[in-house]
Amino acid sequence: MKHVTKDLLRLATVGSVDDGKSTLIGRLLVDTRQLFDDQLDAVATASERRGVGDLDLSFVTDGLRAEREQGITIDVAYRYASSPTRKFIIADCPGHVQYTRNMATGASTADLALVVLNVAQGVKEQTRRHLCITALLGVRTAIIAINKMDTVDWSQAAYEAVVTDVSALTAELGFGTVVTVPVSALSGENVAEASSHMPWYHGPTILEALETSDAGSWTTTDHGARLPIQRILRQEGGGRTYAGMLNGADLHVGDEVTLLPAGVTTTITDMRSGSGVTSSASPGLSIDVGLAMETNAGRGDLLATAPLPTITKEFLATVCWFGDNAVTPGQRLRLKHTTRVTPARVIAIEGTIAIDSLAVDASGQLVTNDIGLVRIQTADALVVDDYQVNRVTGSFVLIDEVSNATVAAGMIGRAQFLDA
Amino acid sequence: MTDHLDLLESHAIFILREVVAECERPVLLFSGGKDSAVLLHLAGKAFAPQSLPFPVMHVDTGYNFPEVLDFRDRAAAARGARLIVASVEETIRQGKAQDPGHLGSRNRIQTTTLLDAITENKFDAAFGGARRDEDKARAKERILSFRDTFGQWDPRAQRPELWQLYQGKVNTGEHLRAFPLSDWTELDIWEYIEREQMDLPSIYFAHEREVVNRDGMWMAVGDFVELREGEKVERHMVRYRTVGDANLTGAVLSSASTLAAIVEEVAVANVSERGATRGDDKFSETAMEDRKIEGYF
Repeated sequence: MKHVTKDLLRLATVGSVDDGKSTLIGRLLVDTRQLFDDQLDAVATASERRGVGDLDLSFVTDGLRAEREQGITIDVAYRYASSPTRKFIIADCPGHVQYTRNMATGASTADLALVVLNVAQGVKEQTRRHLCITALLGVRTAIIAINKMDTVDWSQAAYEAVVTDVSALTAELGFGTVVTVPVSALSGENVAEASSHMPWYHGPTILEALETSDAGSWTTTDHGARLPIQRILRQEGGGRTYAGMLNGADLHVGDEVTLLPAGVTTTITDMRSGSGVTSSASPGLSIDVGLAMETNAGRGDLLATAPLPTITKEFLATVCWFGDNAVTPGQRLRLKHTTRVTPARVIAIEGTIAIDSLAVDASGQLVTNDIGLVRIQTADALVVDDYQVNRVTGSFVLIDEVSNATVAAGMIGRAQFLDA
Repeated sequence: MTDHLDLLESHAIFILREVVAECERPVLLFSGGKDSAVLLHLAGKAFAPQSLPFPVMHVDTGYNFPEVLDFRDRAAAARGARLIVASVEETIRQGKAQDPGHLGSRNRIQTTTLLDAITENKFDAAFGGARRDEDKARAKERILSFRDTFGQWDPRAQRPELWQLYQGKVNTGEHLRAFPLSDWTELDIWEYIEREQMDLPSIYFAHEREVVNRDGMWMAVGDFVELREGEKVERHMVRYRTVGDANLTGAVLSSASTLAAIVEEVAVANVSERGATRGDDKFSETAMEDRKIEGYF
């Protein structure tokens, strides 16, 4: 049986409203023939009905009635594309500040950010906010599309001026690999095919940059294996195994693991994944493992290999606040971290991040769509890593106890770019 | 080597286990179609060697392909799952929905039957096999999708859903829809079915059938599709790409009689599965969004 082995790349679009994120994704999907004929026909019909030309490419992802009527993206659309060796999961995120929480939803699991800027307008406040959130969320690879090159007569000088600005920002935010590409999403220049209007540009198209960037699971950090226990499975014959999704590093039968927060050290005796019995597993796989020692471990506990995480009931975190009301220190909330849910409270606001300067402003107010540094206290002990080394054991959400709404996304520790 | 199917499988298993841990009374919606068959298969893996910690439920419109009903019963029994059948006929008989008449579409009424069954059984979470690649409204939906006490989806105010921190708390009367297959495409589904050598209803494989071409779709002539004036019956090798109500679902011309052949055919298809075969999506531009807002699957 021939079986094609493909890797998986998750990407999210990032940038300000109206800079052309949805149009770029639409163009990319159309030009690489990832859309079915009937889907393309439907986009053409919808475009005509609304009098927006032959083919409004943003309608490929802007699928809600309200989005098409208003010409904006409200929530993330997920689209899928495939090459012979790679499956792409594309999260097309909204650019409007009001929908920042939806953008963060789309970017939280991304391996790569596809940043879109309008060459005539450069880096806007919303571009800065999105890049800041993307960096906080741990995305280190960016492909930056400098869009609407047709509106500046394909000017190399205009392109390079924006590249200078955005490169300074991505460097400050700690991005690793950054590729910039001059494009026109509307006419498809340098999206899937090289442009003839910009002979001065010798770099890759957006498609080439996507195909050659590192896939690397967003959960991989190589800083000790972490298995947050989801469920205990009772095996035939009376044994118990511990089920969860592995992250951080590979885990093998025979590995010494520590059960936390109990602090008991034991050995992995056996392991199963979706494909059956196995001797090892890599990050991103759901597994269940047996342990050499009897334990009373349950949901919310964690199995870890060295270097071990920290056990804590109070910590500093960077949060994106989504709640409609400002943060009230002392207010009781619910916190979900890995597979554990515990009562928690924000005990102090250390400051909010000023989007224009990336400086921490110790004004003490944290309102909707702000990013802030807060100190959090939990009722139960959590087993945590700094978000910089592990996106799973370093992240949490805060939940309103009455409405059950998710009011904040939290990252344990202080983002590197805030050290200054 | 971990490939995309391993990662999709693991993610789905993770979601199944999280929802079971966070919710009191989940149910798995099972139509006997390929997506819900994959979902049931994954649920088996998520909780093995124990039996499923939830029942499975079919919303039965009364317009089913008999092969699919056979498979539904066989697959549920093979897992030792308790099968609940929520009947659209019953909803009509109780006067909760207007009878659309002889062979009229019962597609919209399914929503009433589904929501009533969720309320009666006090379910707070319903797993569904919906995929984001199926439709532009589904492309917008969270993996855990909140429904208010009327069963409505509000696409303009969805809960943030960061990382894989799925939070499933709801108040009494509200519920969640959970979609473990959100990131799977039609091709992923078929590659996975082939890899796992799964059992499926026979109508997914090419077979000879009496069909009539109606609005560009090949409809099976029989109990649920009556010939209209001027239509003529033809015999063709066909198979089904999706399974919905027999009065609304079309077949596609195909000679693919094995899983490997289906994978090859799906890989080069140039019409989407719902576009090729589903009358229920052709009512309007936002047919799926409108139905989802009301509480449809």
